[in-house]
Amino acid sequence: MSATKPGWRQLTRGAVVTQPSSAREFKTGSWRTQKPVLNEAKCTNCLFCWIWCPEPAIVRGPKKVSFDYDYCKGCGICAVECPVHAIAMEEEH
Amino acid sequence: MMKPQKVELVPMSGSEAVAKAVIQSNVDFTSAYPITPQTIIVERLSDLVATGETKTSFVNVESEHSALSACVGASLAGGRVFTATSSQGLALMHEVLYLTSGLRCPIVMAVANRALSAPISIHGDHSDMMGSRDSGWVQLYVENAQEAYDWIMLAYRIAEDERVALPFTVNMDGYVITHSVEAMSLIDDETAHKYLPPRQPLLKLDPQKPVTFGTLTLPDYYFEFKRQQEEGMRNVPAAFADATKEFADLTGRRYERLVPFELEDAKVAVVSLGSASGTVRWVARNLRKKGLPVGALKIALYRPFPHEEVGKMLENIDVVIVLERALSPGSHCGPLGSDVVCSLYNRSAQPQVLDIVAGLGGRDLSPDSIEKIFRTGLEATSRPTGLEMEFAGVRD
Amino acid sequence: MATLKELQVQELLGPGHRLCAGCGGAITARMTLKAIKRPMVVVNATGCLEVATTIYPYTAWGVPWVHGLFENNSAIASGIETILKAKNGGKLDTDIIVFGGDGGTFDIGLQALSGAFERRHDFVYVCYDNEAYMNTGIQRSGATPEGAWTTTTPVGAASPGKVGPKKDLIAISLAHHIDYAATASTAYWNDFITKVQKAAAVEGPALIHAISPCPLGWRFKTEQTIQMGKLAVQTRYFPLYEVEKGKYKLSVNPHQEPLEKFLKMQGRFNHLFKPEYAGELEALRNQVDQKWNALQELCQGRHPTWNGSNITTRPTPTPTAAN
Repeated sequence: MSATKPGWRQLTRGAVVTQPSSAREFKTGSWRTQKPVLNEAKCTNCLFCWIWCPEPAIVRGPKKVSFDYDYCKGCGICAVECPVHAIAMEEEH
Repeated sequence: MMKPQKVELVPMSGSEAVAKAVIQSNVDFTSAYPITPQTIIVERLSDLVATGETKTSFVNVESEHSALSACVGASLAGGRVFTATSSQGLALMHEVLYLTSGLRCPIVMAVANRALSAPISIHGDHSDMMGSRDSGWVQLYVENAQEAYDWIMLAYRIAEDERVALPFTVNMDGYVITHSVEAMSLIDDETAHKYLPPRQPLLKLDPQKPVTFGTLTLPDYYFEFKRQQEEGMRNVPAAFADATKEFADLTGRRYERLVPFELEDAKVAVVSLGSASGTVRWVARNLRKKGLPVGALKIALYRPFPHEEVGKMLENIDVVIVLERALSPGSHCGPLGSDVVCSLYNRSAQPQVLDIVAGLGGRDLSPDSIEKIFRTGLEATSRPTGLEMEFAGVRD
Repeated sequence: MATLKELQVQELLGPGHRLCAGCGGAITARMTLKAIKRPMVVVNATGCLEVATTIYPYTAWGVPWVHGLFENNSAIASGIETILKAKNGGKLDTDIIVFGGDGGTFDIGLQALSGAFERRHDFVYVCYDNEAYMNTGIQRSGATPEGAWTTTTPVGAASPGKVGPKKDLIAISLAHHIDYAATASTAYWNDFITKVQKAAAVEGPALIHAISPCPLGWRFKTEQTIQMGKLAVQTRYFPLYEVEKGKYKLSVNPHQEPLEKFLKMQGRFNHLFKPEYAGELEALRNQVDQKWNALQELCQGRHPTWNGSNITTRPTPTPTAAN
């Protein structure tokens, strides 16, 4: 238990979290054992991987997507569902 | 200080008075499920909604669990919220009581105190509220319909006080207060609205400012939030003093957390909650006329318990009788008795305490039965008993 | 609904939540939020989605959000809806999205849902159905299908898995005469998003029953979640249809893949392919067929005829010669 956690006097009443999307501070990328790698030449920007990513750890770009490795849990859905096989899952240690 | 308005008395039952107080309190939302003997409250509120006399929303739900849940939703969306229930309904919404206090929703609930099944009983005792005693709600017991009316408004002032931010039950004995008609002194709408302007919560469900309510806490955080709740409870006496002072200025009616009667030189005193307190005081007055050294202590605010004050007022009594209108089976002392004994611990003197269970399931606490209880106490002054629990008025 | 590119880029759910890798429920919830165009308030029952997204001091939600208890999401939503309407002159300008798992919807949450439907509050109820009480460790629910292994319907000599068919949530909802109810699968994102938008447009209650495959509970690989969502539909295990003001319409015409193709990919149905559980497999197949046939009838505007004995048969494992 961290000694720097706030006491009851400092905490917002009632366990309310007033900062929306504060979970971004919690990086789930450490969970994965494999990571998606994009073959940029093949990506058609169809956005299937983006809409199906559970995190999401896929970021939309003007011409192609990119992966947010801070959060990617390595589930592999994007690689399986990419219609042009532009994503490969690589082992990570 | 405003002069108290001219007193004009109106006949009303406790239930009707509560309904009237609700619509005068700028209440935005009510959701309730019918249960005897609370039904008149919700029926009267429905009437007032139907005639357009109030803009309070009324949602008829399919159970008490949903009633209080809908109230929590409405409260978090920023509304001032009211509900009412009794007995089985209070028991059914038990987990929602803890949700409400944990989320710090300042909801006011009228509880028409009624015995719990089995056996099923529609009549009054305090077992329903005592079963939910630790749910984190501020709990006050009223003595009559006038108090029921006044206390709906006072409850909102205290509940919504930022130092408190806790829900509040106004307990009234089922049938005795809910259904008896009394001469009521009502407040006019303008005064009521001055006392209770519309609610302005600091945090609420608002797409402009997204906030997350009802998070999961792991062992590293839960405890702190419970400590916060306790602090809210500890701040009630200060909020109580402020709220009742302003109320007294507006109406001339002053309320205290506890009401002593001739305790200074009493040898025997009866401590009570709720409507029986009126009878206790009346009997005590009559016994005093006969020269008997008796007194009474009505406890109005039960949670937080006025620990210090009760201890001070009772420590020099010889025999303290707690009139216990609830049973905690297997305990040596009922809930009220436990609090009283706790407040007497380690004081300069130690009264004997008789925890007398009486009036369960609507068994009438008549003046005769109360007098018998006082006399039991007087007998006990000559034979030290320590702490005893007894039953009065039950057939062997 | 035209393209994915039109959906808002801002992420209102996640990242940083702690739902499992490949979680079907996460995809369901995120896709729901993408479909909603107006400001919204989310009410969430206790369960996977709630627990894993709001561990204090973090929240994965970028919208106003409340969690109460397990069974009262619809009741809490009723209170919110009433207040928001009252404070806006009787009109609701905020979409109220109510999430519940199958546990919090089919079972413990059914009463509150029923009440909220009957009172006609304006909200969209999205049930993310992973067919068991997953958050507490894969225990059976009223949405668990016939024959599925769960930790409270384990498989053994005296038990073939969960006995009895899954409850029909669409039928239950329609019994309240609501204007819109639909099944959905995130694997069919266009259909899913269109349906959520239709549900939100209804002035009154609407329900989306979204199959949400669970890699951990159904025992399949995390990368297969969307494949599962497709196969469930293509094998008619979970047909996609909608009912708008009483009219049934099939959303996707299945290719009629064999049921086995769906079942064999999941560890929870492995035992059904052993000879002693053949009866149980037949029971499941019969139910899928019956439901499909009934749906066909309903889409034609006809009343379905149920062969009751097939739905309610309770088979026990047939002892093999070795026993």
